[in-house]
Amino acid sequence: MGLKEKLHNISEKVKGTKFQTMFGAIHTLFYTPKETTHSGGHLRGADDLKRTMMNVVLPLIPLLIFGMYNVGFQHNAAINGFPEGIGFFSSEFWNLDNFTFGALKLLPLVLVSYVVGLGIEILFATINNHEVEEGYFVTGMLVPLIIPIDTPLWMLTVAVIFGVVIGKEIFGGTGMNILNPALTIRAFLFFAYPTWMSGDKVWVAGAKERANEIMEGANLDAISGETILGSLAQGQELAYSVSDMFFGFVPGSVGETSTLLILLGGLYLLYTKVASWRIMLSSVIGALVMGLIFNGVVNAGWITESSKFYSLMNTEFWHHLLIGGLAFGIVFMATDPVTGSQTNKGKWIYGFFIGFISVMIRVFNPAYPEGVMLAILLMNVFAPTIDHYVVQANVKRRLKRLKAKTA
Amino acid sequence: MGLLSKKDIKLITDPLADNNPITIQVLGICSALAITAELKASIVMSIAVLFVMGLGNLTISLMRNIIPSKIRIIVQLIVVASLVIIVDLVLKAFAYELSKTLSVFVGLIITNCIIMGRFEAFALGNGPVRSFIDGVGNALGYALILIIVGFFRELLGSGTLLGYKVLGDPIEKTGVYAFGYENNGFMLLAPMALITVGIIIWVQRSRNEALIEDN
Repeated sequence: MGLKEKLHNISEKVKGTKFQTMFGAIHTLFYTPKETTHSGGHLRGADDLKRTMMNVVLPLIPLLIFGMYNVGFQHNAAINGFPEGIGFFSSEFWNLDNFTFGALKLLPLVLVSYVVGLGIEILFATINNHEVEEGYFVTGMLVPLIIPIDTPLWMLTVAVIFGVVIGKEIFGGTGMNILNPALTIRAFLFFAYPTWMSGDKVWVAGAKERANEIMEGANLDAISGETILGSLAQGQELAYSVSDMFFGFVPGSVGETSTLLILLGGLYLLYTKVASWRIMLSSVIGALVMGLIFNGVVNAGWITESSKFYSLMNTEFWHHLLIGGLAFGIVFMATDPVTGSQTNKGKWIYGFFIGFISVMIRVFNPAYPEGVMLAILLMNVFAPTIDHYVVQANVKRRLKRLKAKTA
Repeated sequence: MGLLSKKDIKLITDPLADNNPITIQVLGICSALAITAELKASIVMSIAVLFVMGLGNLTISLMRNIIPSKIRIIVQLIVVASLVIIVDLVLKAFAYELSKTLSVFVGLIITNCIIMGRFEAFALGNGPVRSFIDGVGNALGYALILIIVGFFRELLGSGTLLGYKVLGDPIEKTGVYAFGYENNGFMLLAPMALITVGIIIWVQRSRNEALIEDN
């Protein structure tokens, strides 16, 4: 008797008990359950929700591994100095030292995110007596990728509980939520514990700890971990080249730094048709348009160098796609099929405003150097309204056509 | 017969639980969100509303037979405005700091939907004693929610209760702060007040399913 048979047998045994939902979740993760629909004609797709979710998790894995290297790399670079002009395959980046340091920092975050989040999902499923839904597989992987590496585990726990319960379960679970749950979790952390979520001390592992030691009188050099957006907002000279930004050898949230890997992940999502190309394309267009407008304002001389917006406005328009979390947000979060617009025209509008507003918040609000989170959450809220008007416009047009025909 | 009949007692206990003005009728939300960041402000606000509502209901009930129904809203506004001005002046005289914290929200008691609602729904059709009791009962129901929300927001947001550092000192790192605990700044912002009220509504309705509306 193989493992598959054994699992099926156990699932028969626990049927009707409290463990049914929990066991069923683990069971269907590995094998398709035996139960099928008996009556009526049905087309059965090979990929259920679980398989679809796994298609999103898959392109996140390279980012996670790259992130582990980068966490260690940034930590060491901040202490020993940043190596000049490194290429993508340089051994100064891909070494075991960096990896072990980063993995030890990152894996606890991943573990906590999954254990707490799935625990709540199972709890709610057991109480409500429905199947455990798979939405958290993606959320649980996204969360450690979009928060600072030094986030304390208890804060993450509180935020995950908040995000899953308030952001998702009270609306009815996976597929019913208004806001992207991963971003809800991040937004909660951002507003609840701002000192841990922004500033120049949170993006490089150990920077905050080091700062505390120095304050207590230790004879150490301070680690500064200013992100690119942070230094631009303060009008400082950039320490990183465009290729560093593209490959991702820069400080930032774990998953957001490598535009190259995000691009590959995006292509995979488009190939598997999990994500909408309309949203991705229109978001990129939106960001470029806003960037061009700001560049135009600078070129026209309407703003002088003394203005605090100057250096961010003067950033070349396409650089906005390389720095910060814009690329990550566009590929993995704006395209969430639950919280985004559903109609094709709506997707264009929805995506365009995500890119547009992200860059706008970046430039005009130095307190929130990264506007992608807020832009996506805002457009999540507006997505149903956009869809409503798109549908209404369509109805109106067809009614007109009908009238013209019958008249 | 005791001082209060069973019906009168129900006038007080109903708003505390199954007919709470905030969680069931969803009235008076604005002030509940705005001033509950501190427990002290919540308590003072509750007392102010208790005063205005008890006396307001009493006054309206006494005048109920001589108010022309076409201008009754104006009369109600005048009554509640006079009472609110008294509260405002008393606060400014004896608790100036607190009156600054509450700022316009004392004045906005005038527009508190609970008060106008009780005038319209109860005081215009019932005797003065019952109206007074009804006003007190509803104000107590309002106060209960305000104090619960204020308690959690101040405790989790600032780590204090009524200004006392019950969780230790966040700068000196004593108490729970020694273990790495930090105050949740989100609790001090209005959205968290809304969510806290929402959680209270959730708990209340899941304990008593008769309260769940069909939709």
